Amino acid sequence: MAEAFIYDAVRTPRGKGRKDGSLHEIPPIELATQVLKAVRDRNRIDTADVDDVIMGCVSPVGEQGADIARVAALNADYALTTAGVQVNRFCASGLEAVNMAAAKVVAGEAEFAIGGGVESMSRVPMGSDGGAWALDPAVAFKTYFVPQGVGADLIATKYGFSRDDVDAYSVESQRRAARAWQEKRFARSIIPVTDVIGEVVLDHDEHMRPGTDMQALAALQPAFAAIGEQMPGFDAIALLRYPEIERIHHVHHAGNSSGIVDGAAAVLVGNREIGQKYGLKPRARIKGMASIGSEPAIMLTGPGQVTRKLLKRLGMGVNDIDIYELNEAFAAVVLRMMQELDIDHDRMNVNGGAIAMGHPLGATGAMILGTVLDELERTGKGTALVTLCVGAGMGTATVIERI
Amino acid sequence: MSEPTIRQERDSDGILMLTIDVPDVSMNVITMQMHDDLAAIAERIRRDDSVKGAVFASGKPSGFVAGADLKGMHFQEGETSGKSRAKQIFDQVIGLNRTFRALETCGKPVAAAVNGLALGGGFEIVLACHYRVVSDNPKLVLGLPEVLVGLLPGGGGTQRLPRVMGVQNALLYLLQGKNLTAQEALGFGVVQEVAPDAEIVDRARAWVKANIGKTVQQPWDQKGFRFPGGVGATNPAFAQTFLGVNAMAHKQSQGNLHQVQAILSAVYEGAQLPMDKAIELESKYFAKVAADPQASAMIRSLFVSKQAAEKGARRPQGQPAAPTRKLGMLGGGLMGSGIAMVSAQAGIEVVLLDRDLAAAEKGKLYTADRLAKRRTDPAKAKAILDRIHPTADYGDLAGCDLIIEAVFENREVKADVTGKAQEVVGADTIFGSNTSTLPITSLAEVWDKPVNFIGIHFFSPVEKMPLVEIIVGKKTGPAAIAKALDFVAQIRKTPIVVNDSRGFYTSRSFGTYVQEGLSLLAEGAGAPLIENVARQMGMPVGPLAVNDEVGLDLSYKVAEQTRKDLGDTSPKQPNELIIEKMMELGRHGRKNGKGFYVYPEDRSPKYLWPELGQYFPTATNPPSPAEVKERLLFRQLVETARCFAEGVVETPQDGDLGAIFGWGFAPYTGGPFSAMDTMGLDTVVQTLDRLAKRYGERFAPPQLLRDMAARGETFYGNAARKAA
Repeated sequence: MAEAFIYDAVRTPRGKGRKDGSLHEIPPIELATQVLKAVRDRNRIDTADVDDVIMGCVSPVGEQGADIARVAALNADYALTTAGVQVNRFCASGLEAVNMAAAKVVAGEAEFAIGGGVESMSRVPMGSDGGAWALDPAVAFKTYFVPQGVGADLIATKYGFSRDDVDAYSVESQRRAARAWQEKRFARSIIPVTDVIGEVVLDHDEHMRPGTDMQALAALQPAFAAIGEQMPGFDAIALLRYPEIERIHHVHHAGNSSGIVDGAAAVLVGNREIGQKYGLKPRARIKGMASIGSEPAIMLTGPGQVTRKLLKRLGMGVNDIDIYELNEAFAAVVLRMMQELDIDHDRMNVNGGAIAMGHPLGATGAMILGTVLDELERTGKGTALVTLCVGAGMGTATVIERI
Repeated sequence: MSEPTIRQERDSDGILMLTIDVPDVSMNVITMQMHDDLAAIAERIRRDDSVKGAVFASGKPSGFVAGADLKGMHFQEGETSGKSRAKQIFDQVIGLNRTFRALETCGKPVAAAVNGLALGGGFEIVLACHYRVVSDNPKLVLGLPEVLVGLLPGGGGTQRLPRVMGVQNALLYLLQGKNLTAQEALGFGVVQEVAPDAEIVDRARAWVKANIGKTVQQPWDQKGFRFPGGVGATNPAFAQTFLGVNAMAHKQSQGNLHQVQAILSAVYEGAQLPMDKAIELESKYFAKVAADPQASAMIRSLFVSKQAAEKGARRPQGQPAAPTRKLGMLGGGLMGSGIAMVSAQAGIEVVLLDRDLAAAEKGKLYTADRLAKRRTDPAKAKAILDRIHPTADYGDLAGCDLIIEAVFENREVKADVTGKAQEVVGADTIFGSNTSTLPITSLAEVWDKPVNFIGIHFFSPVEKMPLVEIIVGKKTGPAAIAKALDFVAQIRKTPIVVNDSRGFYTSRSFGTYVQEGLSLLAEGAGAPLIENVARQMGMPVGPLAVNDEVGLDLSYKVAEQTRKDLGDTSPKQPNELIIEKMMELGRHGRKNGKGFYVYPEDRSPKYLWPELGQYFPTATNPPSPAEVKERLLFRQLVETARCFAEGVVETPQDGDLGAIFGWGFAPYTGGPFSAMDTMGLDTVVQTLDRLAKRYGERFAPPQLLRDMAARGETFYGNAARKAA
């Protein structure tokens, strides 16, 4: 079977996902189009050799509806023969798209395939697509639906992370992200976004708050206490699943949870021969990938489980991975994975993460894959594992190895 | 052909005046006969060209229609049809629904003139009319209370109400069974007019007359109908409503009430369908819920058995009515004061006697305080208070036709007051003891005629708790039982009648729940797991919290007294050792602000004592939630079964009512005897055998239960055979 190589990875900077965010004026189709153009142009490839474009998108309705991947390929002037498919694995959609691209290459279905994702959270708000999970009463009851913020607070309660623990983690995330930008560690991946007259509207992650300290975070109110304890009272539902817990301590807030942002990313994956055709040197090999389902009420404990599953299949140990990248959906999610697998913070999210820079749902997985690839190259290290916690209780992971 | 339930009369305008007047009842209810009559009427309106429109009204001053006859709701298993029970129920309700659809799609104007309460199916008839006029009679209520008895509105209520008032508003009424007043209904557009009682029929007729010849349709049958508030999973308002309401309903029901989820589903799915499909879907959900044993059990206990008990199901035959006119209440403490209050409210004169006048006056103050808090009308409050006569003089008991004692739980004290009362009123007077622990037969020895001595066990706080446990001593006679039951009827509470035993039925059975909670704590289940699982299975309060309420010192004393009484010198059980340890730590429960929980002085919510885990550590492998639930449940089940086997409880109805209304046993099960019947006694015995093997003899099933299981019997099946 063929091997899948990563030839390139690009991403837009992340704009604040609000009406005053720099990317709010840019439609999601345009964000996707610009990254597809960039990954084509940087590598000077004939898109007739790109068999498929797979893009993650978590709210695929309205402007993001109707298979945004295929339409973005058309809009980016890809060959008419390049197919496109939009996928949704909630927060891991972008990584799942890369994994599917890799699988197509490995299976011989594709020579080049692009995996990526797009989400304009300022234009298509979270939850716009409805869904049976939370809304259909029978399903909501059966799955003990609670919003993921309550799940994150449950993780903190169950595994003993205090408000200080999650805040301290977040201060460090801001510090690392600021340092990474100062040292231009993301320079290779960032594609500035341009407007209708070709001017740059954003060239940096604008959600960051460098210099955030414990005092600043201490002033923030817990974000999920009201919906958990009062109306409508999600805590009681979480306790139906976790009755060993007396009550949930609500520790997460806007400053230690991922930011709501807009952005897109694309990763060019291909087999060895197609790279040779264009004289491209593979930047990394995709060593393995996996997804897993986990308990949906606590929802966000998938990363540890999927990491064990994948490392076992690859015959690797936790210490065989040089760098871990886990999406910072909520601080407790990362603290729990470090606790569960005994991973030192020095090897985890070394350049910060979504708490500082934001989490454009459908794109994040592909973005952080690029981030960690840049970091491997910068430090000369060998292997990295990328993973994300996922809605409805899942985890997705990918191990890459620099060549 | 039986008498029709609806009179028909066509007036000179061609308007069919329909007067609902079900024969032989004081309040209209929907019967099978009414199903047929309504179907014929709908057909006549549609076909008969001389009929230009119709007006529904009630022929009874008591109200419009009170809903379906729950007692008639015994959906029988089809023996030969081969149809499932749910399908049979579906076939039955879809018939009525097709009639309602025929009425509202007949094209001619149909109005309702509602003079009083219209509940359940009664309200659903009204909603199927095009125009709705209600009386300004303050007693008028409109509502769909089906959720409260385990059902869902099956006559279109889950579909028409949301289409009238929007999903969010309708769910509030559908899920809580809350009634609408006339003005609320007008505000929501549920009715079009509120008018004086005398005018409602004329106004309804006027509207029909004005619309004769026009094609009249319900809004939801008109082209371009817009669902109030919007509908569909991508409609933000609709989505937000269900996101919140699902969670609230899940929290409130703890997932135990099947009808709650079914109502939500009927509304969620039905709102997205055209009306005919939506109605069919509702009928399916209704059938699913009605075929569920949970609904039958709830209807039986919460409605049929409760009413029967209140109407004197257990009253001995041939005893003349024996209402209490003057009550002698011995003891003005918490219980005595409460009994005095409910008696005075029922119009009974009460002599409230305590050691000294101050204590008796204090007992009367209890009533005054509570009446003031409830903002009772001053004249009414005065009349109630005037009936309570505090005294310290036994001579004032003269003329009392019932004596109840609620003094300290001590044999000597009780014997003393009983004797003194007897000197004044004589042993022919019925004497009731409100003891909760001391056997009645032995207390009766003080009364010269023990045939007139009975246990009347109230629950605290008396004015709020609905149950009274009547305890029949060995020598208690039928006149005493009749007197006690008539008294309970006067004060409008629900009675059960049980035979004498230590702790009788309720205290004894409930005690096992608390003890099992303590055993689990001793075994390392961890307090949060025990307390959460207990509440999640439908108990109102966790066993540790209950222990705190009762007082750990009291539990300790009762346990010591019981050992002493029974000469029990066996080693102390883990649950007893826990109480002993807590006493040692000075933790007496809520009364001193520290028990298993901490009770903050600022009255913020209690929380588990953080150091509890140091004394009673959680095991490395604690029992699973399912095991905790099973033990808390089956420990109670086996004790109630023993009470039945020993003859303490004579009927499953008493057992279920006592459990639900006495100690809050998971009401959705219909009570412990219903729960055992539903599970199958075979399963119950097997489970108990397994638990007994693992945890001890306290779970061992009584022989009677084994025998019944072996014969494939049920408690209610046997009771029905016995009654027949």
